[in-house]
Amino acid sequence: MTLKDQACIVGVGESAYTRGSQKTVLRLVLEASRHAIRDAGLTVQDIDGFVLSSSYIYQEALAANLGVSDLRYSTTVQMGGASPVTALQSAAMAVTLGVARNVLVPFGWNGYSEARISRRERPDAAPRPDNALSQALRNYYAPYGALAPVQHYAWLATRHRELHGTTDEEMGEVALASRFHAQHNPRAYMYGRTLTMEQYLQSPMVASPFRVLDCCLETDGACAVVVTSAERALDLQHDPVYIMGIAEGHPYPADDIPNRPDFFKIGLSFAAPHAFGMAGVTPQDMDFAQIYDCFTYVVMLQLEALGFCGVGEARDFVKGNTLRIDGDLPCNTHGGLHSEAHVWGINHVVEATRQLRHEAGLQVEGCELGLVTGWGDFGDGSLVILRR
Amino acid sequence: MTAYDKPLPRGEEFNGEFYQFCKQHELRFQRCRDCGAWRHMPRESCQACGSFNWAWERVAGKGQVFSWTVIHRALHPGFAAELPYAAVVVELEEGVRIVSHVLDLPVDQLRVGLPVEVVFDDVTPEVTLPKFRPL
Repeated sequence: MTLKDQACIVGVGESAYTRGSQKTVLRLVLEASRHAIRDAGLTVQDIDGFVLSSSYIYQEALAANLGVSDLRYSTTVQMGGASPVTALQSAAMAVTLGVARNVLVPFGWNGYSEARISRRERPDAAPRPDNALSQALRNYYAPYGALAPVQHYAWLATRHRELHGTTDEEMGEVALASRFHAQHNPRAYMYGRTLTMEQYLQSPMVASPFRVLDCCLETDGACAVVVTSAERALDLQHDPVYIMGIAEGHPYPADDIPNRPDFFKIGLSFAAPHAFGMAGVTPQDMDFAQIYDCFTYVVMLQLEALGFCGVGEARDFVKGNTLRIDGDLPCNTHGGLHSEAHVWGINHVVEATRQLRHEAGLQVEGCELGLVTGWGDFGDGSLVILRR
Repeated sequence: MTAYDKPLPRGEEFNGEFYQFCKQHELRFQRCRDCGAWRHMPRESCQACGSFNWAWERVAGKGQVFSWTVIHRALHPGFAAELPYAAVVVELEEGVRIVSHVLDLPVDQLRVGLPVEVVFDDVTPEVTLPKFRPL
């Protein structure tokens, strides 16, 4: 038995995406959750499971504020930005095995007003609690001024560029595709702000090869998704979106980037064969891809790990508007983390669901199949393959 | 002399032992006594054979540039005066890789495979950071 087609996404919702929400994270998550539950045609009393990502909110408070009085299953995934897609895996297992009936998968944060990276590294910032990455970060990276993901992932990008000759303009294709899509999405933070290659190339360098416009947004916001069994999904409001294949993967070692025997074997390299194998489909079958776009080059590394092209070939793959709505692989059709909002990629799941319901703002005509990736911490990965 | 205002290694447990050797200007990494595999960062047991039996062994201190990033925006004010600076991944001859700085080299001269050797920077009376310079 596998999880193939056993569970469905039946409800999606989000809060507004802003810089300066003036709301608690819990409030944002509650707003998104109520939207998602209503979208599913369910009530709060139908929800009996949570799968949370990271620890910005706790299940006790979420249950008490929502009114979930009989919570049968709750767990928390700790894979940074890869968590929301991995959370779908846990939710699918729970509804398939009957541990819970309807599982809420929310994520929210005040990524601009509370958690900005440029603020949290200041000496007067509150100390952050230890996590799995602290040993490497505090003892071996930070003393040399390598404090944040933009710098750590740059080690992957620099070596890849040096070995394969990727140009700035090729990286820019990723940023431009997201921004282009966001012009059709009124929810997107970058709605109404177009981007040209010249503007991209003029944007200041942060940590080479990453310029400001290679980096995703920092925004406040939340999304939520409701997962239920394929059987129950048939009776609900929308056409169900089936979880056809799903897997998580971890680079080795996951807690130190430099000492990986194969430097470009990321978490997604491990997850992709499992998820595609479960679904029984190939990358070439995908009608779209919502790829975790914390940085342009991270999208390119994931395209290679997913098997859309070989190692070193992403630079050619992204040329010629491949990633745009009318290209061969429409990618981040809502604008992604770059241009819609940074909600740890759960907004990619929301967008993929709307695409497969054929109700997206910028619709991939007639789409039947698509994928969503997650990326987090030092390159943990996750992949879900969805169908209508 | 102004006070050193950059982040310092926390140096707990094995990490403290690593930096104690650096203070003596010795670059040592854990090496499995059973299978001979080197490792960094420090860990309880050998990833190759599972052995708990290891020692801090001194490396020759020679290696080459593996990757880097040139940082143009300081995320910590302690580095603001040094912009742009490079956080470099160096691969030592013994196989372990370590994040460091390469001194005496303009950042635009960094290349994959550039030969380097270790030098020790006594940044405070208590803490010494291993750094590198071109060979």
